[in-house]
Amino acid sequence: MSHFVDIRDLHFGYNERAILSGLTMQFERGKVIAVMGGSGSGKTTVLRLIGGQITAQSGSVTVDGQEVAALDQPTLYQLRRRMGMLFQHGALFTDLSVFDNVAFPLREHTALPESAIHDLVLMKLHAVGLSNAASLKPSEISGGMARRVALARAVALDPQLIMYDEPFAGLDPISMGVTANLIRKLNDALGSTSILVSHDVNESFLIADHVYFLSQGRIVAHGTPQQMRASDDPYVRQFVHAQADGPVPFHYPGRSIDELLGLTNQS
Amino acid sequence: MMDWLASIGSQVRGGLANLGLQMRTLVAMLRASSGLPRRLRLVTDQVHFIGNYSLVIIAVSGLFVGFVLGLQGYYTLNKYGSEQALGLLVALSLVRELGPVVTALLFAGRAGTSLTAEIGLMKATEQLAAMEMMAVDPLARVLAPRFWAGVIAMPLLAAVFSAVGVLGGYIVGVVLIGVDEGAFWSQMQGGVELCADIGNGVLKSVVFGVAVSFIALYQGYVAAPTPEGVARATTRTVVIGSLMVLWLDFLLTALMFS
Repeated sequence: MSHFVDIRDLHFGYNERAILSGLTMQFERGKVIAVMGGSGSGKTTVLRLIGGQITAQSGSVTVDGQEVAALDQPTLYQLRRRMGMLFQHGALFTDLSVFDNVAFPLREHTALPESAIHDLVLMKLHAVGLSNAASLKPSEISGGMARRVALARAVALDPQLIMYDEPFAGLDPISMGVTANLIRKLNDALGSTSILVSHDVNESFLIADHVYFLSQGRIVAHGTPQQMRASDDPYVRQFVHAQADGPVPFHYPGRSIDELLGLTNQS
Repeated sequence: MMDWLASIGSQVRGGLANLGLQMRTLVAMLRASSGLPRRLRLVTDQVHFIGNYSLVIIAVSGLFVGFVLGLQGYYTLNKYGSEQALGLLVALSLVRELGPVVTALLFAGRAGTSLTAEIGLMKATEQLAAMEMMAVDPLARVLAPRFWAGVIAMPLLAAVFSAVGVLGGYIVGVVLIGVDEGAFWSQMQGGVELCADIGNGVLKSVVFGVAVSFIALYQGYVAAPTPEGVARATTRTVVIGSLMVLWLDFLLTALMFS
């Protein structure tokens, strides 16, 4: 089976509010796949559904052939050992040092001696360029560095699937380029599948093999970055060329400003 | 009228659902504790952390409560010419009631709030979600060690409170007022029973430790992941924790000493 993650006809919402409706996506093994869309389009929800943190109302999410929603906790945890996730703000454990953060999954899930853990952690930190920051606390490092430490932690167990939630948000251009490069290199070095949730067009297009565009809980377009750049789809055009107005309205839907100001009755 | 009934029904249902969730979390956390004996370090670190946090406030409070007991006890006993029993009065008041209860109230305010804020902020900053995604159960790794540390620390802190309190009573009663030292200690030694008084006091402390630690952890665990959410959860820890201690104290006293 070439798809590591397979999402079919997925519906998810909170109470009456639908977040995802009829979503179908495939994530091919060994590829970097970007899921793009504006804020509130349901991108992060897709990651949380793949990780089994939430369950959809209908439809299916399978990871490596296993239906995520049907797994009991021990089996789900077994599956998660093969996943790594980079949270938007890193989510480093603030009471642990950089070294201990990266060592955390190794200590929890392996019986390796401390000397082996020491070497492995330093290698992982070296891969993200932070082997000399091992003794620092998360509060002593910058946001970009924290993201890289979190990345080292996410790949500590050499996962088959790595999920990135807005890895470029709030980073300076240098950190952004560094992070993008790391994502591609780690994916290729580990032979894993990467799902990249982002709204950063340039960096995502640079490293992704395939791009999905998500709007209001649906896939509106997908293809290679080149195809997306050349796309005539109004939503994709608006997004790729950062136009203020288009299919995604500038104004939050509702009454017009004239109605809100009570001007329509006076005229 | 129907609206009023419906709102009462909805509140009762919400309350029951909340209680059910609390019990389920407690049972899940106790189940998740099975791995702790192999990783005692997690618990001992927390005992050190929580105990250390509260030791100074507990010791100082114990001393002042002991001072007050010495003074009040002397003036009351003196009316009946039985000030020799001051040591007994101070010790019994402390080991049976004030030690466990005041320690638990102070613990809720000092360590309890810190536990709630810590867990609440871990949730708000996605640390708990990150742990879950690393296939590590936060109930087992974060909540259970802190819970058992609280249960272990509470009787130890109550013992410190009572010991320092007795010392306070001694300083006021014997050193300052001049009650006979031999009578002070011998009456205490003769009148305080190991099982009925000290044992029941320790048992109370353990029960309070279970209640306060769990309330503090649970409030943090279910806190809304926002600054206001964590602030509210911290307040709830003190309010619910303190009321629970006082209610449980009444219940346990009625069972133990009636």
